[in-house]
Amino acid sequence: MAERVLMKGNEAIAEAAIRAGCRHYFGYPITPQTEIAAYMAKKMPKIGGVFLQAESEVASINMVYGAAAAGMRVMTSSSSPGISLKAEGLSYIAGSDVPALVVNVQRGGPGLGGIQPSQSDYFQATKGGGHGDYRMIVLAPASVQEMASLTIKGFNLADKYLMTAMILADGTIGQMMEPISFEDAQIETYEKPWALTGTNGERKHNIVNSLYLKPDELEVKNFERYERYKTVEEKEAMWEEYMMEDAEYCVVAFGIASRVAKNAVVAARAEGIKVGLIRPITLWPFPTKPLAAAAEKVKSFISVELNMGQMIEDIRLATGCKKPVSLCNRCGGMIPSPDEVLAAIRKAQKGE
Amino acid sequence: MKTTQILIAGFGGQGVLFAGKFLAYKGLTENLQVSWLPSYGPEMRGGTANCSVILSEDPVGSPIVTAPDVLIAMNLPSLQKYVDTVVPGGKIIVDSTLIDAKVERTDVEAFYLPATQLAKDAGFATLANMVLVGKLMKECSAVPFAGNRQTLESFIPAKKANLIDINCQALQTGYDF
Repeated sequence: MAERVLMKGNEAIAEAAIRAGCRHYFGYPITPQTEIAAYMAKKMPKIGGVFLQAESEVASINMVYGAAAAGMRVMTSSSSPGISLKAEGLSYIAGSDVPALVVNVQRGGPGLGGIQPSQSDYFQATKGGGHGDYRMIVLAPASVQEMASLTIKGFNLADKYLMTAMILADGTIGQMMEPISFEDAQIETYEKPWALTGTNGERKHNIVNSLYLKPDELEVKNFERYERYKTVEEKEAMWEEYMMEDAEYCVVAFGIASRVAKNAVVAARAEGIKVGLIRPITLWPFPTKPLAAAAEKVKSFISVELNMGQMIEDIRLATGCKKPVSLCNRCGGMIPSPDEVLAAIRKAQKGE
Repeated sequence: MKTTQILIAGFGGQGVLFAGKFLAYKGLTENLQVSWLPSYGPEMRGGTANCSVILSEDPVGSPIVTAPDVLIAMNLPSLQKYVDTVVPGGKIIVDSTLIDAKVERTDVEAFYLPATQLAKDAGFATLANMVLVGKLMKECSAVPFAGNRQTLESFIPAKKANLIDINCQALQTGYDF
């Protein structure tokens, strides 16, 4: 058996980032993700890396932009209100086609909200957040092991497709400890022709910018970018299916909500209700394929979320509104109990 | 398919999180699936704190313990808050130095030990938490009592290694009570 260590989800992200070759971390503290910065502050100086607590979230995302433009594997992390502050930088990074990893360990919102776990930044992560036409790869870990493996995956994908990968976690997965192993970590490296390696008097200056004043040029840039996004959509969707073979009802949930939902699915099966679970691991690209397939055979979907039902729109799009989607949710930092989800499954079975 | 869901609750500063951490590491040494989830928030010394630990032979679903098999209550508000969440047939371990009340439910097993007093008398006043964990290990077979020292050594930093002995003694005190 692989060697297992107990780690907090936030620490797992930081350790995985270091193993993935990240040597530049810029951040600003906010609960419930501060352990990431604390871990980086302790480790980075020992391995010749940079840990910098910036004067604000805006400064830290622009430092990420700068390091990415220099060709470094770079990251920042924050929680909901802090990510809103970073939105401008996210858009600039997208407009400059440089890779970065951004972690959002979500807390309840809107506004300053609270500090308890939430999934209410789904729209912000998957539909934009910053201005302009752009996408981010959004990865939703449901365990401490995935906090690590998806961080590594995120760096790989960001470099491969020249875009931002976001880890969309929540306070629970950030704060909890579970055993993890780094044995299967697959770290990929990609050529970065724009990296600052010295011109040697030969290479031309490389300018990284998101400013295109000629509309035809800006249009071409956007078209090119969306060609890349298309490839991501075709190739990179990830999901887990659980007890879906004979399912008549399908629970859809990601992150911590999927863990609670799994308990409820097991309990419902014990009552003879044929229910399964589809857990999106990438929220963008959204796993449309398994949902479209499920829509052909299940009677209805139940979306379990820690928000007011933001993912329902994507479920409806993926399934062409073929089957009804009901919502089982808590928000503001509250988490549904397995019993609440079980009740929602029973209701779906009764067609309510 | 054995799963034990444990909830430890008390004041901040009583070592609630550490007690849970020990059990989680104990599960890790036993090659079990484990999860440890602290309550987090603007809590501080004197406020409330609790922690969910799940030890299982199967992958852990929800890490949030809403229906504990075992509850360790280290103060009265915690006992009052969680007594009704314990599953029928479950166990409640009460620090009777700090809690005067008795468990009124008859479908659970309650164990009372003056953990704070026992710890104080034995010269490790801050380790009532581990005395209670020792009792938990006696009454619940989720993890074996043997090998505690190795588990403690696996996660207590070297500069605090001098605390390992008294932690072992505290566990033994609770186990023998």
